[in-house]
Amino acid sequence: MSNLIEERYDVVVIGGGPAGIAAAIRATELGLKTILLENRDVLGGIPLQCVHPGFGLHYFKEDLTGTQFIHRFFERMERIGVEYITSAHVHSIEYRDYMEKVVNVITRKGVLRLYSKTIIYTVGARERTLFEIGVVGDRPDGIYTAGEAQTMMDIYGVLPGKDVVIIGSGDVGLIMARRFALEGARVKAVIEIMPYPGGLMRNVVQCLRDFNIPLLLSHAVISIAGKKRVEKVTVVKVDEGFRPIPGTEFEIACDTVVIAAGLRPNIDLLERLSIAIDPATGGPMVNELLETSIPGIFVAGNALVINDLADYVVEQGEKAAEGAKIFIENSGIPAEEWKPVKRGRNIRLAIPHYISGERSVTILARVAKPEQRVFVEVPEVGYKTFHMAVRPAEMIRLDLSKDALSKAEKSVTIEVKPIAY
Amino acid sequence: MHRYRVAIVGAGIIGASIARILSMYENIDVSLIEKEPDVGWGVSKANTAIIHPGHEEDPKSYPLRARLCREGNELWREWVRELDIPAKWPGELMVFTSVEEEKAAEKYIEFAKVNKVPGVRVVYREELRALEPTVNPDALGAVYAPTAGMISPMEAVIAIVENAVENGVKLFTETEVFNVRVSANRVIGVDTNRGFIEADIVINAAGLYADKISNVVSVDTWFFIKPRRGEYLLFDEDVDIKPTRILHTVPTLVTKGVYVVTTVHGNLMIGPTAEDLPVDAKEATSTTREGLEYLWREAGKILKVLPLRSRVIRTFAGLRPEPPNGQWLIKAYDSPWGFVNVAGTRSPGLTAAPAIALHVLEQMKSVFDLRLVKKEKWNPFRKDIVRVRNRSIEEIDRLVETNPDYGEILCYCRMVSKAEVIEAIKRMKAIGVKTITVDGIKFRTYAGMGKCQGSFCRWRVALLVSKYTGVPLESVVVKRSSYGVGDVKLLLRVRTAKGQG
Repeated sequence: MSNLIEERYDVVVIGGGPAGIAAAIRATELGLKTILLENRDVLGGIPLQCVHPGFGLHYFKEDLTGTQFIHRFFERMERIGVEYITSAHVHSIEYRDYMEKVVNVITRKGVLRLYSKTIIYTVGARERTLFEIGVVGDRPDGIYTAGEAQTMMDIYGVLPGKDVVIIGSGDVGLIMARRFALEGARVKAVIEIMPYPGGLMRNVVQCLRDFNIPLLLSHAVISIAGKKRVEKVTVVKVDEGFRPIPGTEFEIACDTVVIAAGLRPNIDLLERLSIAIDPATGGPMVNELLETSIPGIFVAGNALVINDLADYVVEQGEKAAEGAKIFIENSGIPAEEWKPVKRGRNIRLAIPHYISGERSVTILARVAKPEQRVFVEVPEVGYKTFHMAVRPAEMIRLDLSKDALSKAEKSVTIEVKPIAY
Repeated sequence: MHRYRVAIVGAGIIGASIARILSMYENIDVSLIEKEPDVGWGVSKANTAIIHPGHEEDPKSYPLRARLCREGNELWREWVRELDIPAKWPGELMVFTSVEEEKAAEKYIEFAKVNKVPGVRVVYREELRALEPTVNPDALGAVYAPTAGMISPMEAVIAIVENAVENGVKLFTETEVFNVRVSANRVIGVDTNRGFIEADIVINAAGLYADKISNVVSVDTWFFIKPRRGEYLLFDEDVDIKPTRILHTVPTLVTKGVYVVTTVHGNLMIGPTAEDLPVDAKEATSTTREGLEYLWREAGKILKVLPLRSRVIRTFAGLRPEPPNGQWLIKAYDSPWGFVNVAGTRSPGLTAAPAIALHVLEQMKSVFDLRLVKKEKWNPFRKDIVRVRNRSIEEIDRLVETNPDYGEILCYCRMVSKAEVIEAIKRMKAIGVKTITVDGIKFRTYAGMGKCQGSFCRWRVALLVSKYTGVPLESVVVKRSSYGVGDVKLLLRVRTAKGQG
């Protein structure tokens, strides 16, 4: 019937950002026949456009810009000889059986059908839009997501606007506030609906305070007005339930609105395979090797869970590659029994979702609300660490050893407890 | 300067349809004049996209609306085939949830009889649920009208204009008519921001502004248009709840009902609200919190399950041109000779558009001595842009073989290729669009219409516009303003120089 180009692989990595690159490098190092697919015309993903530092502190023990960080991986790729294709768009994934998946890829040379034992899905996240956060009013030009604004500025050298209001004080919003300020734009305000900033403390200081940019906590942009271009936004104070408090409305004149209202794992292709999704993360449910509910399909990076640091993303990519290796060697991930990871007090999300207890595990968790002077505990294994403060913006990392985990019988629970609980 | 036989003011669905009909004739050359950078950006852009069956039009109060609605419904079936316009014909269900609503719904069965709308009948619970499993199980029944259809209104305008231009119509964009010139009680043309356009006949199809144009020639001076705002919720194409049939609530005195539909592009859509605005609020397309909340409540009456709020990908509002007493003003005048009003064509204006165009021609024939001569070579056909989306991988492979640009996907959400964007730019230039906008490309290719709303593809599209038009990236127009304000490095250099000075 068709003469589509067909190839066989051990691992097909979908998405050429830091998670995918790290996964492809590791898988190739482990001797697996691997190919990395990227739909942009360059590899690198989001760090390519991140001219700010803060990358690599954890992984390289150095403070690098996003561009420097990702170039380290390009060098490794080259050294190891990782096979990759850019401008390659995954049309669909077919799950044929336990050991065979097909990735259909649209390229300028035609459609490729890649047969693979495993898939590592690392397509990253997408940004929430104006409409998802319920802003009403006009829909003029001058509204950008933070990522789009960053692409314009730092890849193409185009300044989106001059008088800017930023919605959301996550790291992305904070960094973009500074980025605009550095170009001479006036950042009128960063608006945050929560009573605390959404980003890392270091970014609040370095990106806002150092530039005298006002941060309005417990405030929301409720509407945008403008005929051709944005002219102003209406801001309102919100109560604990995020409901606007009548009578507190005020306007801010601006020509640009930047939406930095959070990211969502981009899981479209996986959703079509009816994969199990965790509503708390918005990403797939996974085991400790980051395998999803579909055997042999792994996920890493922001497609799994929105991470604080690219360093974590890279670790996840490597972990998934190791998972792929184990999957291929054992025709599946060996485990006597899968034990759920439960979310206890003040834990909003935790990765992974289930563990075998037969391997050491790194658990990443996020709290629901900020607290001071607490213990993070896993009672089933006797894990307990003291934290001066926990904040939703900062992931908690728990390294649990194989030995410790052997104590857990049915499940493990992550919880946060105040000192005098 | 060229003297046109006919100048049509407004390239919306009505103006475009009239242009297409007139383009069939040898001795009628037509200029189609639009104030916006592109066609269809007014009333045609934001509406419910329904091709109504005609059973909702009261034949006593609105005989013209009733007749042209039914005729338009039939004509569209032909037009969408000839012009390759995305359309479907799922039929509609006017869902009633109480005995009072059932009573109110019964009158439409009567209207259907008088208006000769085929197949309209009441269906009760079991059949209703069989026809539409997503419907609220508490609903008592519905008026089923099998001839209802849906189209993509923007693409319809684009297709019709492409076809009309192919057949000799001249499109002027970014050309705003501010006066209709009359001499010796005859229309002689229109004054625009781009100068005088000479024409023997001026057809006013200016949508929301049709009252202003009509008033310049002082005909039917009682006439005015009140914008009626309709807000909508549009959902991600991946939501589970997607009715096969068109669902809507029973119309009341105030509203035509809220519709719950799956668009021709596969998105769940809920709307509209109905809010009467002052005569001069002709650009008031803001959405409101109250309006959107109302839609959620109304949709809850007819749907079994509502989708998650987080799956809304866009909210928008459109304005309908509401004339006094809901009466369309379609008339050819002999004083001043040569003026034609096609004004206040509120719902079912979209449905009736092809029939309105034919009706306008009849009016013109009876008042003006047109002596029409049919063109020997009139091309009724227009092909849509060839798209990657919804094709099998084998088909896509063959497309890529013909043009590698089909193998480069720019919009991930909607799977739109570079080839499609380039084709859209070519077609915009071909019809005479002066400013190639990112929005214009969106309407032609769907790039940016998915869940990310363009955050991944807008700059890619803008780059192509820049490449194919020579406009610097920062100056590419998105909708009505530029993508950026300048080159980062240039701006910096200017500031540094100033600082040193």
